[in-house]
Amino acid sequence: MLMKKRDKRVLTAISLLALFLLLWWAEGHLDPYIRRILNLIAINIIWAVTFNLIYGYTGQFSLGHGGFIAIGAYVTALLTLSPAQKEQNFFLLPCAWPLNSVQWPFVPSLIMATLLAGVFGILIGIPSLQLHGDYMALVTLAFNEVIRVINMNLQSITNGSLGLKGIPAYTNLLWSYGCAILTIFIVWKLGNSSYGRAFKAIREDEVAAETIGISAFYHKLMAFTIAAMFAGLGGGLYANLVSTIDPNLFSFLLSYQVVTIVVLGGVGSITGSVLASILYVSLFELLRPIDQPITLGIGVTIPGRPGMRMVIFSVIFLLVILFYRRGLMGTNEFSWEWLLLKVQPIKRMMLWGIRRGKETNDGSKGE
Amino acid sequence: MTVLKVNRLSKHFGGLIAVSDFNIEIDEGELVALIGPNGAGKTTIFNMITGLYKPTEGKIYFDGKDITGMRPDKIAALGIARTFQNIRLFPELSVLDNVKVGYHLHLRSSPFAAALGLPSYGREEEQITRESLQLLEAVGLAYAAYEQAGGLPYGLQRKLEIARALATKPRLLLLDEPAAGMNPGEIHELMDFILRIMEDFDLTVFLIEHQMRLVMGMCPRILVLDHGITIAEGSPEEIQNDPRVIEAYLGTEEE
Repeated sequence: MLMKKRDKRVLTAISLLALFLLLWWAEGHLDPYIRRILNLIAINIIWAVTFNLIYGYTGQFSLGHGGFIAIGAYVTALLTLSPAQKEQNFFLLPCAWPLNSVQWPFVPSLIMATLLAGVFGILIGIPSLQLHGDYMALVTLAFNEVIRVINMNLQSITNGSLGLKGIPAYTNLLWSYGCAILTIFIVWKLGNSSYGRAFKAIREDEVAAETIGISAFYHKLMAFTIAAMFAGLGGGLYANLVSTIDPNLFSFLLSYQVVTIVVLGGVGSITGSVLASILYVSLFELLRPIDQPITLGIGVTIPGRPGMRMVIFSVIFLLVILFYRRGLMGTNEFSWEWLLLKVQPIKRMMLWGIRRGKETNDGSKGE
Repeated sequence: MTVLKVNRLSKHFGGLIAVSDFNIEIDEGELVALIGPNGAGKTTIFNMITGLYKPTEGKIYFDGKDITGMRPDKIAALGIARTFQNIRLFPELSVLDNVKVGYHLHLRSSPFAAALGLPSYGREEEQITRESLQLLEAVGLAYAAYEQAGGLPYGLQRKLEIARALATKPRLLLLDEPAAGMNPGEIHELMDFILRIMEDFDLTVFLIEHQMRLVMGMCPRILVLDHGITIAEGSPEEIQNDPRVIEAYLGTEEE
């Protein structure tokens, strides 16, 4: 079933418009808890989709995503906090000049977070992309830890382990989903362009790619930097959503979370990353009762263990790796054709149901 | 005009001398074969010309330009393309994408234009698609354009690898055992194919081969390598009657 390009564009435009109307409504009517979960889904989509650009498309396994997220989060936090709040936050050591006296609006702060994360992407990418496979994973993991330790100890800039509190909650559904859709659009366009083909060629066979004139290093660095930039953007949105950040939020566990989402969704599939982000964040909330003490009837009580949920995720992750390595989507992507094909049987079933309903009605009349 | 000039090229791996004192000059439009027993160092020479290995000694000139030790992608950009003995396609990509990626080297649009889907990029992408389909048509693979490259039969994978190399618009094409694993009928077809693309794409071809049928049938000039040393050079007749070549291939008769 082939559709015209224009029809698809119209369908996409309509669904985007519907989504934003829905979000606009949700922003005013849903309770803050649900809104927060929805925001977290969008932010995780940003992280997962960009990680897919490095891992899924270019085939470079990085465990440093959390580091770039941290950079983005700290940049927007420090830029959007008012000087008065900074004075309150930094009671051990005063905040360093000029950070203590600046306050930027949200959008320039987000742009700054994106750009700075990109600069770090280049700086970290240059040494670590010289390495391959596990070695690259190790170096980027180390970078993630370095960022965490620096954030812990730069008392006069990051406020160390005390973290930053009272960050203005600028992030709302329109911002987070707007950024998520921008991210998806850019990764999608780039991934399907000649550059995307070059990324995939490097993933498939780096030597062969180089002999047809593709500089593996330059293209890997490009993918890595773009991913770092958008990870930073997601980090910025995150800081202005949760209002309180500390260095341990962005440990390697966050990098693992992103890896888990991408693997669950299907490595190399943007649609998979989006679906898995929705699943992961929702499950994470739905499984909250598991952290509480559970009473199993006759006086048997499982004591509450914070983090018990993570065990469930680990088990799911293991099962996926063992039995369903392609993840939710494999490398397939959403397309309107695909949706129509899926909808077809439902439509047919409904028609069949209506027909049967009519027949029985006719039958009863006949009696 | 000399396209490729190799001067006193040597490669040592630790104590092993893979290639020693290799010299060759290839003129524009020539078809030259490099033969020799297994482990003679033929592929090592290709790897040095395409920049995958750095020579221990010696110089390589392409179009008069010193390319010794340059990065493989830079050498490809200058106009040297190659295929591999053990086919190295991008198996998960479609046949069409395998060819399209060969054009990436000539892409003018920036990543910025591609990521935003600007019209200037759209036009270039359309042109790449058109040229790739024409190229697939020329090698007889157009009907399989949207299939996964890894799923093609062996012989067609070889053809696709050549098509991908041609997409980079090379002037010199290095073919590493193009007839490996082919039956006599396929070899005959391959010979015609190589001669045809040489004509159509103004190519100079340097090939490594084991199949005597292919080499003797179509290459006017042959070099024989044994244990990294060039033991003979000349026309097929000269090579066939050279005692050192017979010795290298068949061993000496004990008396």
